[in-house]
Amino acid sequence: MMQTPLWKRVLIWAVVVLGVAAAFPNLQYSRVETHNDAVAAVEAAGGTATPEQQAAIDAWPSFLPSGLVNLGLDLRGGAHLLAEVQVADVYAARIDAMWPDVRDALRDVRDQVGAVRRQPSPEGVLRVAISNTEAMPVALEAVRELARPVVTLTGVGQNDIDVTAEGDTIVVQLSEVERAATDDRTIQQSLEIIRRRVDEVGTREPTIQRQGEDRILIQVPGIGSAAELKALIGTTAKLTFHPVLGRTSDAGADPGARNLLLPSMDEEGVFYIVEQTPVVTGEELVDAQPAFDQNNRPAVNFRFNPTGARKFGDYTATNIGSPFAIVLDDEVISAPVIQDHIPGGSGIITGRFTVEESTQLAVLLRAGALPAEMTFLEERTVGPELGQDSIDAGKVAAVVAMVAVAVYMVASYGLFGVFANIALAVNIALIFGALSTIGGTLTLPGIAGIVLTIGMAVDANVLVFERIREELRNQKNPGRAIELGYERAFSAILDANITTFITAVVLFTVGAGPVRGFAVTLGVGIITSVFTALFVTRAIIEIWFNARRPKTITV
Amino acid sequence: MAFRLRLAPEKTNIDFFRAQWLTFGGSMMLTVVAIALWAVMGLNFGIDFRGGTTIRTESAQPVDVGAYRQALSGLDLGDVLITEVFDPTFGPDQHVAQVRIAPLDGYEAVTPETILAAEEALKTVDPSITFPSVESVGPKVSGELVWKAILAMVAATGAILIYIWLRFEWQFALGAVAALVHDIFITIGVLALFQIKFDLAIIAALLTILGYSINDTVVVFDRLRENLIKYKTMPLRDVMNLSVNETLSRTLMTSVTTLIALVAMAVFGGDVIRGFTVTIIIGIVLGTYSSVFVAKNLLLFIGLDRSEKPKKGGDHEFANVDA
Repeated sequence: MMQTPLWKRVLIWAVVVLGVAAAFPNLQYSRVETHNDAVAAVEAAGGTATPEQQAAIDAWPSFLPSGLVNLGLDLRGGAHLLAEVQVADVYAARIDAMWPDVRDALRDVRDQVGAVRRQPSPEGVLRVAISNTEAMPVALEAVRELARPVVTLTGVGQNDIDVTAEGDTIVVQLSEVERAATDDRTIQQSLEIIRRRVDEVGTREPTIQRQGEDRILIQVPGIGSAAELKALIGTTAKLTFHPVLGRTSDAGADPGARNLLLPSMDEEGVFYIVEQTPVVTGEELVDAQPAFDQNNRPAVNFRFNPTGARKFGDYTATNIGSPFAIVLDDEVISAPVIQDHIPGGSGIITGRFTVEESTQLAVLLRAGALPAEMTFLEERTVGPELGQDSIDAGKVAAVVAMVAVAVYMVASYGLFGVFANIALAVNIALIFGALSTIGGTLTLPGIAGIVLTIGMAVDANVLVFERIREELRNQKNPGRAIELGYERAFSAILDANITTFITAVVLFTVGAGPVRGFAVTLGVGIITSVFTALFVTRAIIEIWFNARRPKTITV
Repeated sequence: MAFRLRLAPEKTNIDFFRAQWLTFGGSMMLTVVAIALWAVMGLNFGIDFRGGTTIRTESAQPVDVGAYRQALSGLDLGDVLITEVFDPTFGPDQHVAQVRIAPLDGYEAVTPETILAAEEALKTVDPSITFPSVESVGPKVSGELVWKAILAMVAATGAILIYIWLRFEWQFALGAVAALVHDIFITIGVLALFQIKFDLAIIAALLTILGYSINDTVVVFDRLRENLIKYKTMPLRDVMNLSVNETLSRTLMTSVTTLIALVAMAVFGGDVIRGFTVTIIIGIVLGTYSSVFVAKNLLLFIGLDRSEKPKKGGDHEFANVDA
């Protein structure tokens, strides 16, 4: 029998040793995990460790590999949400904000266009009627001057608004390119704000990803329920401060032009009439912290940036004695009367909060408001106990499967079966090693994939062993038969595994969540099983063969 | 000679075409029956594909399906399905049930109020009840998931077809895909017959069957390719029989090891994953059968052009390796 070249043998065993080493931390999962968490925490804190953290770090020697297989939500427990961002909301706000500019632009050419009136229009469209229809070209010209060029890779030279004429009406809406650019910005902002909010509550490794055009996938391990997560990220948290014009208990009251009728958050059936334009908004906040007011009730302290502080200061100075509404997502939290000029730019929001509510409000205000509302298309929660049950069941199944397959292999192929079993054990270690190294996620179907691989991994060995048997029948000497067995089984092993690998790739591409985890373990399993069958088993057989030099062999 | 467990005698000489009307014809029939079952009984789609909510409940108290239904009926949730779940891995006072709520008409998104209301109602029946898993999928997403699933199956089949075509001849590719279609459709027929919940995991199972079945078929084809070169004058039918006989031992061996592993998973792996494992088991039995009795039969019907022609490099680069 031919010897495999030395460099190749060294390489094969090096891969095996590295793979086993990379898989090793997974045997001590919780110990390594606390070690990793502590290391990350210390790094974030700038290098100073508390005694507990130091103990956690010391629990796992730092020279050992510490990469772990990530556990999917179905194993660790946690919440999964798929949200759709209502990107069209932003168009409406943008277009509404254009009205004053359009009005001013038309006022400049008033002598030609005549009276200007805003017409009722669907959301995201601004319709303005002019009385002098002949002057339409002039009016269009004036409005078009408001347009700004869009700076994107594809939209060079295009403007952000489309201005057209319909009879005596000017129609203004966002252009196609601007919409696309706005959508993109809205999603990016939403992602950023969701990330900040989730980070504020400090859970481990949340996944926050954009999916497709207008969707965001949020996966947070360890959170109790999707409802809890939704309360955190589903709130728009738009904070505004408005002058109050009146108070009513009539839900159908007409607030009048450019005013709003907003319900009170705490008092049932109470409504406030406030000016539509806020004095200051939450965008100008720099900080918000949970606190207690002078009556020791939970409240939120906030501080404005310099611009916000000036606006707030000026307004309070000139309106002492009038009420002032603090509005969160179109509900009035409270409407205190301004007692004094507030120059410093900081204040306190009081209301009927619980401590949890004030803490959460502070988190939301710090993270900022979402640019648009979100609806939830999919939500899944798995409790940590169910995940642990699944892990335990998967472990038992894997051990039983391995023992049964190993016994069966030895019964069928004797000593060669033992070789195949060593390769099988190496194979399982390599799968975990590879998953830990590439940061793959293990899911429940993924465990099933590993168990399936235990069954299928021996296939390549079976192909070789059966071939060796055939060659032995043809009166070849043992060494030659082994060699031929490997050579001739190669094309079958290759073709059979590439086709299976194709399905794994397809699964990975179109699958989501747990199914994707399955595709990864299946794909990795195929690669490692071909490697162990072709190289590891062969290397073991060579060692045995060269040591014993048997005259006859039985496979 | 040492003892060896053998699934097939050392050398077999079975004529796999002898009862062709029964095996191949039977397979055809069974495929048609499976499609009919699918059409008539329909699939028991999970929420992945039709939207809605499933709540898994767990309690130390025995499950009282009637009381659960009574509690939920007041909520006007529409179509509610409650099933108790049994599993050998459960402890003695672990009682699990699955509550499935159909999606509400006219909602694109999930309604969190529904879930909360249902959980509250169930708590009135059994205060100790917990909800280890709650899943909710809006109709919009489920519609897309259906298309994704179909796309995945078609893409995988197409990719395999092309690969086999490149590595073998186009006739082989057709034979292989016929075997795949056979395996997949009969599996779906069985799923329809027993109303096993059809969700995303089942799609993964079907794709795994696809991979396994093609694996098995390719091994037979590989030997056929080799023997076609070795025995140039032997009738195609005899070469096929020879190839299947030669690989029979391996085919059975691999099926049995895979089935051993899967049965272990089905028995000990817990109920969450059972539908998935059982589906793969069905598919692997079918895949083994089809690689022996279906794939090559179609190939024989189409026939192969065995006249000498210069082969492009790569076509037989491995099969040609000889002593």
